[in-house]
Amino acid sequence: MSTRIFGERVQRNNDERLLTGGGRYVDDIPLSGALHVAFVRSPFARAQIISIDTSIAKEHPGVIKVYTYKDIGNLDVEMPLLIPHPALHSPKTQRPLAHDDVFYVGQTVVMVVAIDRYVAEDAARLVDVEYSDPFNCSIEIEEAVLDDAPLVHPDVPNNVAAHCIQVSGNPDKAFQEAEHYTKLKVRVDRSTAAPMECRAVAARFDAVSGELTVWDGTQAPISVRGGIASIFNLDEDKVRVIAPDVGGGFGQKVLLFYPDELLVPFAAMDLDRPVKYIEDRTENFLGSTQERTQIHDVELAATKDGVVLGLKDNFLHDTGAFIPYGIAVAQVASTGILGPYRIPNSRVEYKAIYTPIVPVTPYRGCGRPHACFAIERAMDQLADELGLDRFEVRRRNLISEDEFPYERPNLLFADGLAVIYDSGQYAKALDMIIEKINLDEFNTQQKAAAQEGKYLGLGLSFYVEATGIGPYEGGHIKVHPITGKVYVNTGLTTQGQGHETVFAQIVADQLGVSPEDVILVEGDTGAFDWGVATYASRAAVVSGNAIHLAAQKARKIVLDAAGNMLEASVDDLELGGGEVRVRGSDVSVSLAAVATACNPLRYAFNEAAQAATQFAPAARSDEPALGDGRAPGVETTAYYAPPHATWAYGVHAAIVEVDPGLCSIDIKRYICVHDCGNMINPTIVEGQVMGGVAQGMGGAFYERVEFDSEGNPRNANFMDFLVPYATEVSQIELHHIETPSPLNPLGVKGVGEAGTIPVAPVIASAIEDALKPFGIKRLHHVPLSPNSIYEALQESGGDFNSKL
Amino acid sequence: MKTHITTTVNGEPEEFLCETEQTLLDILRDELNLTGSKEGCSSGDCGACSIILNGRLVCACLVLAVEAEGQKIETIEGMADGEELHPLQKNFLKDAALQCGICTPGFLIAAKALLEKNLNPTEKEVRYWLAGNLCRCTGYDKIIRSVLNTAEEMRRK
Repeated sequence: MSTRIFGERVQRNNDERLLTGGGRYVDDIPLSGALHVAFVRSPFARAQIISIDTSIAKEHPGVIKVYTYKDIGNLDVEMPLLIPHPALHSPKTQRPLAHDDVFYVGQTVVMVVAIDRYVAEDAARLVDVEYSDPFNCSIEIEEAVLDDAPLVHPDVPNNVAAHCIQVSGNPDKAFQEAEHYTKLKVRVDRSTAAPMECRAVAARFDAVSGELTVWDGTQAPISVRGGIASIFNLDEDKVRVIAPDVGGGFGQKVLLFYPDELLVPFAAMDLDRPVKYIEDRTENFLGSTQERTQIHDVELAATKDGVVLGLKDNFLHDTGAFIPYGIAVAQVASTGILGPYRIPNSRVEYKAIYTPIVPVTPYRGCGRPHACFAIERAMDQLADELGLDRFEVRRRNLISEDEFPYERPNLLFADGLAVIYDSGQYAKALDMIIEKINLDEFNTQQKAAAQEGKYLGLGLSFYVEATGIGPYEGGHIKVHPITGKVYVNTGLTTQGQGHETVFAQIVADQLGVSPEDVILVEGDTGAFDWGVATYASRAAVVSGNAIHLAAQKARKIVLDAAGNMLEASVDDLELGGGEVRVRGSDVSVSLAAVATACNPLRYAFNEAAQAATQFAPAARSDEPALGDGRAPGVETTAYYAPPHATWAYGVHAAIVEVDPGLCSIDIKRYICVHDCGNMINPTIVEGQVMGGVAQGMGGAFYERVEFDSEGNPRNANFMDFLVPYATEVSQIELHHIETPSPLNPLGVKGVGEAGTIPVAPVIASAIEDALKPFGIKRLHHVPLSPNSIYEALQESGGDFNSKL
Repeated sequence: MKTHITTTVNGEPEEFLCETEQTLLDILRDELNLTGSKEGCSSGDCGACSIILNGRLVCACLVLAVEAEGQKIETIEGMADGEELHPLQKNFLKDAALQCGICTPGFLIAAKALLEKNLNPTEKEVRYWLAGNLCRCTGYDKIIRSVLNTAEEMRRK
């Protein structure tokens, strides 16, 4: 038996194509004669459309058709609310093209279809939309929720879309019994995923077969297919949705539908020509969803020893102008706020608030970075107030190993299921990071640096992440009879996470082939069309286990058939090197031959096939060619539905040097200890964590989507909206703990979002620690800019300048 | 009226017709079927469309196609020598220096331009040189290591 490939650092097996310019993203798909779409977008946050005049645009040379809401037939409806929830009492979703009012700058109003993108964009400027005077609006959630605030939707009082309260244990009693209270208010600003490939959709309709093919840079091709079939009233089998190579998603591409995802297929059918829409970068800031703004008022009730008895959190969540993805982000934040800590009593209340700016749906982290920032800043403050060590306060509250599974009674996660932490070694993680930091050495360095007028600080933050939620995914396996290569399908899709490699490793272990001989085709409803989507760090957990189960079934078929072919007992067989062997002998048969033999043949097209024809000795019998319940070939399908989320966790720390004169920050070390259960491929796990940390650094320092008071975006481009560059992201020290999840056969947990979650509190904690000599006020607002650090120093009172 | 342009792409003579407003990126992608250069921002901020024009690293989205007259263009499609990958490509593969891959051609071209100028860059020089290329997946570190590893390998040869 070959060694287990699961857990090995197998080289990513899909990269040569991408390294040589052979990637095929939506805009790279050759579609001869394709027409191009450009949109006229609202220049106002809130206004009424008085009239739309498309006459000049229609006459522009090269324009094929100009669509307003009047020209899109049944599509002129509010798009689906994807995830309804009882607490979401006033859901609003937008129409593909604005009908009466506009609700945010960038909302699509008119679609122009032309012979190329240049013409389409020129013509879009010739459309004359007359608007009323813009309405008053409030883009600040704390103002928008007030009684006299202007309303985004006239029938939604106080702009409150949803109101939810979750209580676990007896928080009132805990607050009565406590000896110490820690109160704070924290804020995380609006950000956006900014994937390097903007969104893109292309569609082709075949009038002869009635088939509609849509290439969509989406995280959810099967769901897009279901939605398109439903909205256009087509048979699902007549609609094929393909997510080809996708240039990053980070949540932004899990939303369906964006207006273009319906309008492009609509135009392709209407005009009987291929049509494509390639979003440009500015449009990605104007029209593709964003995330992050939340304001948390947190209070901890603790003993004098720092044991937290209860937590109250009251937060506002900005959902933008519409709420198509429901309250997933707020719901995740509302359960994530308790972190890795025991905190047996809690009351969390939130309101999701409409503001007339770009709608909000999940962005990598999905509510967790916000909640993590709140609870971790609270733990630091609690430690300081009680005069305790920050590490020690955490240790006293961490759920211990023997308490798993740890349930938080009455809390529901975003999937509607109970909050049950399945496994973890939190104290071990804390010990490990203390050891890796080398606290004694740091303390010495900090003191020595202070002598030289340099300010070193140490920050830390734990995080937990509920990953791998349901409902389910599937795995389909087929061993190719000619080559013996193993074809694998699943319904969700990749945006670069390395599915081709890790799923191949899972299959390779069962079928004894090299991962290079496992070929994954996913994200194509033409290949496999049961499943949901890529979100919530779930692919390895849900699709990974489904594929594992399918591979086990395939293994059984292979062994049974090979046993017959080799006239050996199944117990004596082993798989490896692409063949089945009788253990300790040179008697073997290739996987390809087994697959061929499992398919009763009439025609002998090659040597292996001769053995499978009706007249071949091995196949001759009086029975039908396929026994009862048997299918031809080695082909299996299996599904995996997790009982509930599996909880990954970790702890990060950073050592920073702050220059209080320039308010600049130099990250000296960034250390991660993380646990995502059994790792399928450590190289890929590292890539996920490091990429996540980089995005977390963006959130800690740079990424803030800015709007003026009238809702106009102020930095809708990569010159003004800053993401971390190669010069900004420090080297990251990564350490693994592997606590298997007891919930699934592979023992894996998700890792996609983990890195992003704790970075902001780590950085805030480190800067505060560095600037303690100045008595700096607490840093409770991210992203942190040199300006905000300067202001915090100014407000720290008195002697700031004299100490420089 | 279209303009006739004669140029060299990846060592081969190439000619095309273009409108004056068309970018070199669009001509490479749409007319010459060289889709390896990607559009990330169309404003020269992300580097996904990096090409080498007469030995100089540029963003193809900021070059008009008519400006390519008589120029030598190098794109990702010409980076490997037939089946033999460029050392940077080999190391990106080995070091897992890519994830979604859309920024990768730009990084490779930019790194190639760097190593053609300076085969012994410091880590800081590599980071600053590649600061014009944005990546949202990898966190950059594996890319930086890979470029440094390649430089070292190429120095030894």
